[in-house]
Amino acid sequence: MSARGETRLWIAQRTSAMVLAICVAVHLATMTIAVHGGLSAADILGRTRGSATWAAFYGIFVLAVSIHAPLGLRTVASEWCGWRGAGPDAACAMIAVALLALGLLAVAAVTL
Amino acid sequence: MSTLEVKVWRGRADGAYRDYRVPRHDAQTVLDVVTHIQRRIDPTLAYRFACRVGMCGSCAMTVNGKPRWTCRTHVAKVARGDRLEIGPLANLPVVRDLVTDMSIFFDKSMRAKGRFEPTATRTDDFARVQPASAARRAADAAIECIGCGVCYAACEVVAWNPDYLGPAALNRAWTLVNDVRDGARRERLSAVAGDAGCHACHTHETCTERCPKKLSPTAAIAGLKRETVWAALRGEL
Repeated sequence: MSARGETRLWIAQRTSAMVLAICVAVHLATMTIAVHGGLSAADILGRTRGSATWAAFYGIFVLAVSIHAPLGLRTVASEWCGWRGAGPDAACAMIAVALLALGLLAVAAVTL
Repeated sequence: MSTLEVKVWRGRADGAYRDYRVPRHDAQTVLDVVTHIQRRIDPTLAYRFACRVGMCGSCAMTVNGKPRWTCRTHVAKVARGDRLEIGPLANLPVVRDLVTDMSIFFDKSMRAKGRFEPTATRTDDFARVQPASAARRAADAAIECIGCGVCYAACEVVAWNPDYLGPAALNRAWTLVNDVRDGARRERLSAVAGDAGCHACHTHETCTERCPKKLSPTAAIAGLKRETVWAALRGEL
């Protein structure tokens, strides 16, 4: 891949990492508060269904994961397994699409 | 007088360590030990050195598992008891015994555009660079590299990705990126970007930890990451 392309992928991974740092912290805090607050699954769904805020938050979370994780796997494949080039790139792109699809389905299931 | 038990790598990549016994002295360097073996015990031992005072970068070897400049490394600092293990630098092909082929190391410096590209001619006046300017200070911080290869041998990313330019080449590129007289900034940033360049660095800082000149290639590489990002966003890569 060209220097420009690689640099853009690096920017994408670092930017998504910054987003994930915030999203993971908010998610963990939310889960902890929900569990310690004694909320049932029905209570939680009552708060998330129809909420544009939670849909936007977890939508961004899923988007960041689907960018960040495949790029990390691409690096692992390159450095640890010596897999470089179009093959691993295509595999990581498919993983990105799969993560995005599964994640957005899960977000839709709890917010729509 | 005590005796050092020294294991020294002999042969090429498929060689093995051989045992030697060397008299131990005060203020003895690892290079002194290797020289004693070659001059008093086994003249077929191949190793490389020149200045013996930490200027030329020729005598780097792996000492007890870590790359070091041997002329400025005292035995007392690195010996485990009375034991030393001395081998060739890692991440480079072994020519014989303690001598490595450093061609790839220097070739990568050229791949990283590590050569100054002047913008002025001999008829122009001297460039005036303020010593306190940010660019000059950044260049100063990286400029004292002696090309010993210790950082390259220590780098995990070089071991994982043989195409990776390595800390020394990127450190040199950072010096030139900050040289206001240089005219190849754009080409240089393109040369050092990507998965074989600065973006492959994991910031383990092993190069910085091992650099005998106390430079920080890690900081230089971080600088290159920043500059290549801005160049990419401006469409200059």
